Amino acid sequence: MSELSAPLDDHTAEIGETIVHLDHKRLTPAPPAGALEDMPVFKVNARRELGNVVMRKNLRFATHTIRQKRYTRIDEVGESRWQQLRTAAEQIKNRVGRHLDTYLEDVEKKFTEKGVTVHWARDAAEANQIIVSLVKAKGVHEVVKIKSMVTQEIDMNEALEAADIAAWETDLAEIIVQLGHDRPSHILVPAIHRNREEVREIFLKEMKLYGKPAPEDLSNDPPALADASRQHLREKFLRAEVGISGGNFIVAETGSLVIVESEGNGRMCLTLPKTLISVVGIEKIVPTFQDLEVFLQLLPRSSTAERMNPYTSLWSGITEGDGPQEMHLVLVDNGRTKVLADPLGREALRCIRCSACLNICPVYERVSGHAYGSVYPGPIGIALTPQLRGIDHPIDKSLPFACSLCFACADACPVKIPLPDIIVAQRHRVAEKKQASKRPHIETTAVAAMNWFWKDAKHWELALKAGSLGGKAMDAIKMRKIGPLPYPMSTWTNARDVPAPPTQSFRDWWRQERGEQ
Amino acid sequence: MSTAKDVIMARIKSSLADVPDIAMEEDTPIDYTYGEVLPMDDVLGTFEEALIDYKAAVTRVKSADVPKAIAKFLKDKGAKSVVIPVGLEQSWIDGMGKFSVRKDDPQLTNYELNDTDAVVTAARVAIASTGSIVLDHAPDQGRRALTLVPDIHVCVVAADQVVSDVPESVTRLRDSVLAGLPLTFISGGSATSDIELNRVEGVHGPRKLCVVIAE
Repeated sequence: MSELSAPLDDHTAEIGETIVHLDHKRLTPAPPAGALEDMPVFKVNARRELGNVVMRKNLRFATHTIRQKRYTRIDEVGESRWQQLRTAAEQIKNRVGRHLDTYLEDVEKKFTEKGVTVHWARDAAEANQIIVSLVKAKGVHEVVKIKSMVTQEIDMNEALEAADIAAWETDLAEIIVQLGHDRPSHILVPAIHRNREEVREIFLKEMKLYGKPAPEDLSNDPPALADASRQHLREKFLRAEVGISGGNFIVAETGSLVIVESEGNGRMCLTLPKTLISVVGIEKIVPTFQDLEVFLQLLPRSSTAERMNPYTSLWSGITEGDGPQEMHLVLVDNGRTKVLADPLGREALRCIRCSACLNICPVYERVSGHAYGSVYPGPIGIALTPQLRGIDHPIDKSLPFACSLCFACADACPVKIPLPDIIVAQRHRVAEKKQASKRPHIETTAVAAMNWFWKDAKHWELALKAGSLGGKAMDAIKMRKIGPLPYPMSTWTNARDVPAPPTQSFRDWWRQERGEQ
Repeated sequence: MSTAKDVIMARIKSSLADVPDIAMEEDTPIDYTYGEVLPMDDVLGTFEEALIDYKAAVTRVKSADVPKAIAKFLKDKGAKSVVIPVGLEQSWIDGMGKFSVRKDDPQLTNYELNDTDAVVTAARVAIASTGSIVLDHAPDQGRRALTLVPDIHVCVVAADQVVSDVPESVTRLRDSVLAGLPLTFISGGSATSDIELNRVEGVHGPRKLCVVIAE
């Protein structure tokens, strides 16, 4: 074993404590044990991830590279044209959100006309039930799938696994994650936390257990790694009976689905199987085919910072003699209608999952997607997940605070989602809930105390006097700063020194200099 | 018992209670001009440069020399077997005498396609600014699997098919979509940015894209 396998194993174990017991009946590699939402709260996860030096180095390199490339692409388009496109995208998606019922009726009608069976799923369980029964009806025990956020959101792969169906990820990053018994850490490049050495180790160790082995002399060169993935997956593509996709866009006008991808694994899944099941969130609609001109300019430049991604597929139901002859569209709610109820929060439903907000976020860059305990990490994750899942769970309550409110994401977002505003609103919801619970809490007690000082000028003067007395006392013994204090003040002073209070308050100084003006 | 659709629709209606009951165009206007042409001095040159940026092989020839250009690409890339769509231009096929050429009629199986080195097709539209080729899979381009499974794709684009930018291409593709044809936008060879966010050419789609621009 090379020395590189050591950090790799440690890392895997860290993510989910222990790997699920090696049940020989499993068809696909087991993900880390436990549900995503049962992870510790953000603060705890973040501290753990910060200790992962390899991950931080990989992530810093990757996010900084992509940021620079994105700026270059936007410069090519020109700032004013870019802003026109962002505004158009905002308006188009707002129209969809505000008239979603009308558009969904159009979608059902158009897709049905084109030979697609449309299914509706209220939540994750219902979506999985539909998908499992569709695959079972085909009598197969494996499916190939395209990377899709919504299938992760509903944890589809594990639902299929439980029904004795192997769901094979086919995107290179997803296969690194799947074979690595890992979880995605980024919505676009889920294995961004891995470097080439780690990928090589995973391929050598795992590919042979599930199909064509990686060549024994596999190098860590990215083209060689990509080729190993090509060889490994080719046999799965060629024999696939059922493919599962998400969808970047649903075109209501023409009954079309659009998949934007890079590798061609998407095209394989869309073209070679006999049956295609597309699982799509109800908010993914664009009204007309012509609207795609806006999104096909914004999405590739915002995500991989390319003028255009290598492959975009559009299809409108069944095409005779070309591709799958049986098609299903599963429209998933799973909390989206709840998000829609809040006029500010609903702006997050414009998201086209480009991940520009992740790549620009100083918090994400340091803690990685694994710290969030949410399928959607980064700014969009902390704005959207507490709305989708609610704020009952400790981890969902912690998410809106995973932000320094630097506002970089708001500028990066190609569909102009006011992410910081939504994040602040989510903090407000969490705070209100805390207050409503009526349990005494340090923070609320402290704020109530401050309230007393601020309510009346006399109270405030009193506090200032106390402060300057303290300052004078410290000055007398030449103390310049306040060091570590006991709990609860330690949460602040552990990482910072507090300067000594001034010996004179500003108000006193003003009175001394200017009298009672 | 209400269906899942009824429930979801009812949830949406209740969530959108604040939206006034007026025409959507009035409720959410879109201030954007669709289908605009991007002014550029040299459309073909821009297209060619963008293709080279994706590491695609490009050649610009007179229409009469297309068969020769196709044969040269096939030879250079080491192709022996070639699959062609049913509606490919006859003069192009005539130029492929040295190769083992098979028409996709009857359709080749997935495994037969996998054992074929190359595919030669026409295109529908091409986009200069992004270096993209769009197929609508009409008979001169063939079904989607044809331009996906073989490792070499030689694609002939006519000069008048090349438009400035994405909006113009979408306008031109409208009829194909309304006719129910699928579309594939191809921008360079298959690639991935999944390892350390570096673009690497060649994953599942054809790893060698060769473009003949016919003027």
